Amino acid sequence: MLAYVIRRVLATIPVMGVVALFVFSLLYLSPGDPAAIIAGDQATTETVERIRQQLGLNEPLITQFGRWLWHVLHGDLGFSIFSNQPVSLMIFQRVEPTIALTLCSMLVAIVFAIPLGVLAAWRAGSWVDRAVMAFAVAGFSFPTFVIGYVLILTFAMWLEILPVQGYVSITEGVLPFLQNIILPSLTLGIVLIALIARMTRAAMLEVLSQDYIRTAQAKGLSNTRVLLAHALKNASVPIVTTIGLGFALLISGAIVTETVFSIPGIGRLTVDAILQRDYPLIQGIVLVFSASYVLLNLLVDISYTFLDPRIRY
Amino acid sequence: MTAIINENAGGIAGLRKPGRLRELWRRHPTAVIGGVLLAIIVGVAVFAPYLGTIDPLELSPVKRLRAPNADFWFGTDSLGRDIYSRTLYGTRVSLLVGFSVAILSTVAGLVIGLVAGFHRYLDAVIMRVMDGLMSIPPILLAIALMALTKASIQNVILAITIAEVPRMSRLVRSLGLTLREQPFVEAARASGTRNWLILWRHILPNCIAPLIVQATYVCASAIIVEAILSFLGAGTPPTIPSWGNIIAEGRMLFLVAAYMILIPSVFLSITVLAINLLGDGLRDALDPRLARAL
Repeated sequence: MLAYVIRRVLATIPVMGVVALFVFSLLYLSPGDPAAIIAGDQATTETVERIRQQLGLNEPLITQFGRWLWHVLHGDLGFSIFSNQPVSLMIFQRVEPTIALTLCSMLVAIVFAIPLGVLAAWRAGSWVDRAVMAFAVAGFSFPTFVIGYVLILTFAMWLEILPVQGYVSITEGVLPFLQNIILPSLTLGIVLIALIARMTRAAMLEVLSQDYIRTAQAKGLSNTRVLLAHALKNASVPIVTTIGLGFALLISGAIVTETVFSIPGIGRLTVDAILQRDYPLIQGIVLVFSASYVLLNLLVDISYTFLDPRIRY
Repeated sequence: MTAIINENAGGIAGLRKPGRLRELWRRHPTAVIGGVLLAIIVGVAVFAPYLGTIDPLELSPVKRLRAPNADFWFGTDSLGRDIYSRTLYGTRVSLLVGFSVAILSTVAGLVIGLVAGFHRYLDAVIMRVMDGLMSIPPILLAIALMALTKASIQNVILAITIAEVPRMSRLVRSLGLTLREQPFVEAARASGTRNWLILWRHILPNCIAPLIVQATYVCASAIIVEAILSFLGAGTPPTIPSWGNIIAEGRMLFLVAAYMILIPSVFLSITVLAINLLGDGLRDALDPRLARAL
């Protein structure tokens, strides 16, 4: 068990290495002079030269990568070209809304998706099943911003029961926080609900056809007990895997959702960084997002051993 | 195995007789609905100039921000451009991006995946690189690439393709690894067939069905990613009418002109839904094993 965890942790090092190399080389993969790209079309030669100096672009690539990696490993992601603030500080300042949004969306998704999936599998072939599957296909087809604007129009503009946009920190009161976060969480959660419900249904169908389910029913256990204690528990590994994969969707979706709802999180920071071509900031964000995704999947992988004692590595 | 797939493919391709059509509808209604919807959308894209549209780039500031009416069916935007024409021409951009990314990433995935599946040393290297790329969320990867390059449709297609290739090559590799162990491949190898011929004649034909299904999902996802990139201001250049661009222009105005967002959104959702339905239908038709599992 411990050996597996250590091996799994070590396996993330080459993955993060590739990510780091990719993020670093992004600037050099592009055609043209990176300094000129960052400076923009109207830049003077002095500005381009200043940026070149600032980024150390005159040195050999391998030296640049080594120094960059050394700084990154010490938590130094460089300085923003526009605000001149440390990138790590800029990201840290915006991290709270994004964490709040992703956690709430995940919570919304799990709370809705698992019962829907269980219900669909239990009543496979019925109208409930068809409705859940139809929702699953639709949920995948509606882009995040479409869902967001429809929810804003419905709940904030026509029904006028929730605020249109904005974000209130939980430290400023739980109720205002919830009022502001509920629509973004739903927006971001719907695609996940579709994904998890579908996977829950598939995993449950597989388990429900097993002999031990028939045994459990034959000895007179209630339906609820068979479904939850016997079936859902054994179907949990693929469901948890899907939840882990779902974080990638959440990260991508957060960028869009934060733009639609004017939430000052990392997603919004990403969009600003792109529009200003603030390259150190973009690199830092890609690195942070990818690292958190790798870390979450590491946790998911390790959780298998607790969920299913049959899994031994 | 080849025979089974060919038989199934016959069920889809053999549309000439009316009886067959009814049979197809009965067995795979989702594929038919998706296919018909997609055909209509392709028709709209092809015949956009003949569907009562005007120049989608024509500015007329006097007529700006008109709500949908008899003259401007879908209203006008803040520069007075006709949203009906822009939306119809936008279909071309979305389909071009979707189909191009689907084809390019399938070809690239096929090459990379087959090389990885049949070359032990390259496999280790390629798959580590793909693992790394896969741990960058696709939209973020595309955004990062777009931030570097000039905004153009070609670059959008390239950026989304790069983001989709890792998943595609993983699929091809795992298909290749499974097929490699099949008795008919062993038989071919035992009878002295050369490696490239085994790949060409035995592995490739058996990869095609699952790849087509995957390609439809990639196509749907590419259309969404293009819209998202344009929506965020990092996609198709604003001068080209694409659904994402129309929605992006409506972003600041959505409290007064919600139609600017809702109308292209409806087109976008229907297109993606049609392709997903087609993909689900194809999956059920081409791969009965997978269909039962999901």
